[in-house]
Amino acid sequence: MRHLIALCCCLFGLLSFSVYAAESSPQDSLLTELVGAKLKNMTPILEKLANTQGEAILPLFRILLGGDLYYIKADKSLVGQFDEQGNTVYKDVFSQVVVPNLSKKDVKKIRVNNTLRGYLRNAIAQIQLTAKSPELRQSAVRELLSKLDKDTINLIEALYPNEANKKVKEAMGLALSMYAATSIDLVPSNRLVAIERLSTSLEGDVRNTLTKLMKDENPAIVKAASEALENIAQRANRFAFIDQLFFGLSLGSVLLLASIGLAITFGVMGVINMAHGEMIMLGAYTTYVVQLIMPNYIDYSIWVAIPAAFLVSGLMGVLIERLVIRHLHGRPLETLLATFGISLILQQLVRTIFSPLNRQVSTPSWMSGSWEINPVLSLTLNRLYILAFALLVFIALVIILKKTSLGLNVRAVSQNRSMAKAMGVKTNWVDAMTFGLGSGIAGIAGVALSQLTNVGPNLGQAYIIDSFMVVVFGGVGNLLGTLVAAFSLGIATKFLEPTTGAVLAAIIVLVFIILFIQKRPKGLFPQKGRAAE
Amino acid sequence: MTRLTEWFSAGRSSGKHTLPFVVILLTMTLLASAANLFLPADSALYVSTYTITLLGKYLCYAMLALAVDIIWGYCGILSLGHGAFFALGGYAMGMYLMRQIGDRGVYGNPLLPDFMVFLDWKELPWFWLGMDHFWFAMLMAVVVPGILAFVFGWLAFRSRVTGVYLSIMTQALTYALLLAFFRNEMGFGGNNGLTDFKEILGFDLQADSTRVSLFMITALLLAVLFVVSQRILSSRFGKVVLAIRDAESRSRFIGYRTDRYKVWLFVYSAVIAGIAGALYVPQVGIINPGEFSPINSIEMVIWVAVGGRGTLIGAIIGAILVNYAKTRFTAIMPDAWLFALGAMFVLVTLYLPKGLMGLYAQMMAKRRPAKTQESEA
Repeated sequence: MRHLIALCCCLFGLLSFSVYAAESSPQDSLLTELVGAKLKNMTPILEKLANTQGEAILPLFRILLGGDLYYIKADKSLVGQFDEQGNTVYKDVFSQVVVPNLSKKDVKKIRVNNTLRGYLRNAIAQIQLTAKSPELRQSAVRELLSKLDKDTINLIEALYPNEANKKVKEAMGLALSMYAATSIDLVPSNRLVAIERLSTSLEGDVRNTLTKLMKDENPAIVKAASEALENIAQRANRFAFIDQLFFGLSLGSVLLLASIGLAITFGVMGVINMAHGEMIMLGAYTTYVVQLIMPNYIDYSIWVAIPAAFLVSGLMGVLIERLVIRHLHGRPLETLLATFGISLILQQLVRTIFSPLNRQVSTPSWMSGSWEINPVLSLTLNRLYILAFALLVFIALVIILKKTSLGLNVRAVSQNRSMAKAMGVKTNWVDAMTFGLGSGIAGIAGVALSQLTNVGPNLGQAYIIDSFMVVVFGGVGNLLGTLVAAFSLGIATKFLEPTTGAVLAAIIVLVFIILFIQKRPKGLFPQKGRAAE
Repeated sequence: MTRLTEWFSAGRSSGKHTLPFVVILLTMTLLASAANLFLPADSALYVSTYTITLLGKYLCYAMLALAVDIIWGYCGILSLGHGAFFALGGYAMGMYLMRQIGDRGVYGNPLLPDFMVFLDWKELPWFWLGMDHFWFAMLMAVVVPGILAFVFGWLAFRSRVTGVYLSIMTQALTYALLLAFFRNEMGFGGNNGLTDFKEILGFDLQADSTRVSLFMITALLLAVLFVVSQRILSSRFGKVVLAIRDAESRSRFIGYRTDRYKVWLFVYSAVIAGIAGALYVPQVGIINPGEFSPINSIEMVIWVAVGGRGTLIGAIIGAILVNYAKTRFTAIMPDAWLFALGAMFVLVTLYLPKGLMGLYAQMMAKRRPAKTQESEA
């Protein structure tokens, strides 16, 4: 939100600058007057400026309030002094463009005193509170919450009845209640009502105010404040829990995406593919390449990247199956070693082509940002999309396996290869397609992961062990088990993290799975019947 | 002489190479050591101390490969976590060497190693106690991997976790340890590990004589472990192990407690890996969590696969050859090494399932019928 304000200020600054440059308006003369004015004469000039310029004058007021307003001795134009990486630079007040070749000798400070500062604070508040956009007004109120005084309260009180926007009105009401709760000269019953109102808010400033009230002389107030605080803490805890749950679900969705392809190749085909992580990596790099090809259409690049990644990784999977895995049928340990070799080759290949450094994949604008539900809970949009995406992919996969003829063949081959062959199923073809499907889905996972983590040659390695754990934990050959395992491991990790730290949480989860597999070697949902052996 | 050969080969035809191999190994070691110590540095036959250390490192790897081969080649248990046992042995030695530094560290603290002073620790953690005694540290180098292997193996084999599952579990084990040892709070030096060693049992680690002695001890221990393993695997115990590899259910139905055989073999193998780690650290001068990384453990498997599994000699030869290739490759074309390693994984599993020893046996088999035909004619 703060960025938004800054942005607006910049915009307005720019606007006013263009006005300022185009015509020598009354503002121009006012500004020149300001340069020469004595301290006591400054207030009327500033008032005039505020009245004529409105929001456009905010940057000037802010700089002046900070005591950073200077004028250039030569042409009497105003500049602000800024500190950029330890260097003092002077920028035009409105356009924020650096004025070059200015040293401390060329400028003179415009002085302010406490009276002026008080006036400026009020003026800034007033201008913001009467701004056109409701978002700006709301953020202005929220900003004021931490520094309420008599003047601002009077201002808010005056504006409150006419405020049309519900959210702004609510925030203003909150500010009034906060002030009322702290004013000692008010009747205690009124203060109690105000405290009661405060207990429904989650703002940090409200909590600070209530904490201060705990030291109040009136025991009734202290009691009400402590109750309100407890109320707020409870609600905040509930939202913190939801927040944690969301992060757990998000990690779960990543695990699901990473392991679901493995659930097919390992679970359904029984082929252990150590190069699975590299299929994910290839998908991520495909996203990178797609964005390189269409740099002006980043927002749409994802829609190109998803099928492209599926094709690239899927074709690579078919290639691996045809060239290597086919010859190692029925020798799982050898398959493991050979595919591990392939993973090394793929990693080195990417390192040679794209350099060993991480590549930057940009996030489409519609995926960035977050969904702010209240002051303590905001969900990042990209994680939300990836969660939905993971579920979609899962559902699509289940449909493919249950409803299509390819799925039927895959299941037939996985249950009884020789019988399927006898019935005329082309097992070779089915093997290649299954492996291609599993690898292709890994590629899609890579597209999603490229939005969350760095894209580098080691991207796949980071997920391979976790993916295997998920598949083994859920029960091999069981897609639903993979889903449950991915989300439960994700949530468990995120709930452990605050108490144990990220690394220890990962270790605990790993050790838990190792022990769990000892107890139930076939996972959470073991396959039943003859196919299991 | 024939009796000696028979004792070494333990009455098995496959063991007939044992004595010659041991003789060759020890002779080479003696020659290399003598060439380092007694020849002048400008002589054509002089072996530099760097080469001696490199050879010592190869022999440690060979010992490790021996450990992997014992369980993979003879019992069919593909462990992707033997690097963990190796590293634990190495850490035990590293802790001893760390204590030997005494007050010669950067901070000059007589009790605490540098990294603990840096972390502002006030006293030695309990697991560092006793590590200043060489015998105790060496005991730990053997016992800690052994106990870990016992607990893990006991849990895994009793619940009949086999095949690929077990491989992935072992990989997860070493991965978990990797994460754990990266933590500073663990008290093992975190990311940097243990290094800057000064001396072992009072001998300067940088001195040529110490390096050569370590190299000779490694070779001798490798020979001893090789012969002992050969004996164990040709004993009754070893025959049961082979039976378990080939038909586990059948062995179980006959009445063998297959899980117990597997656990003890696993522990034995882990102990060898621990010894290898303990010998490795003073020669390379550092131990850090990188040794736990899954890729290291999986590399060990390829040494054995290249040499030929289930042959012991093959494992040793494979480890030395692959590591020699690695040294040469990384010096000439660093980027190409991973390509070569990856290709080795694929090609060996596809075309050389029995490794170099299998190739050798094939060639011998081709020559022999020709010979017998000749003698008949």
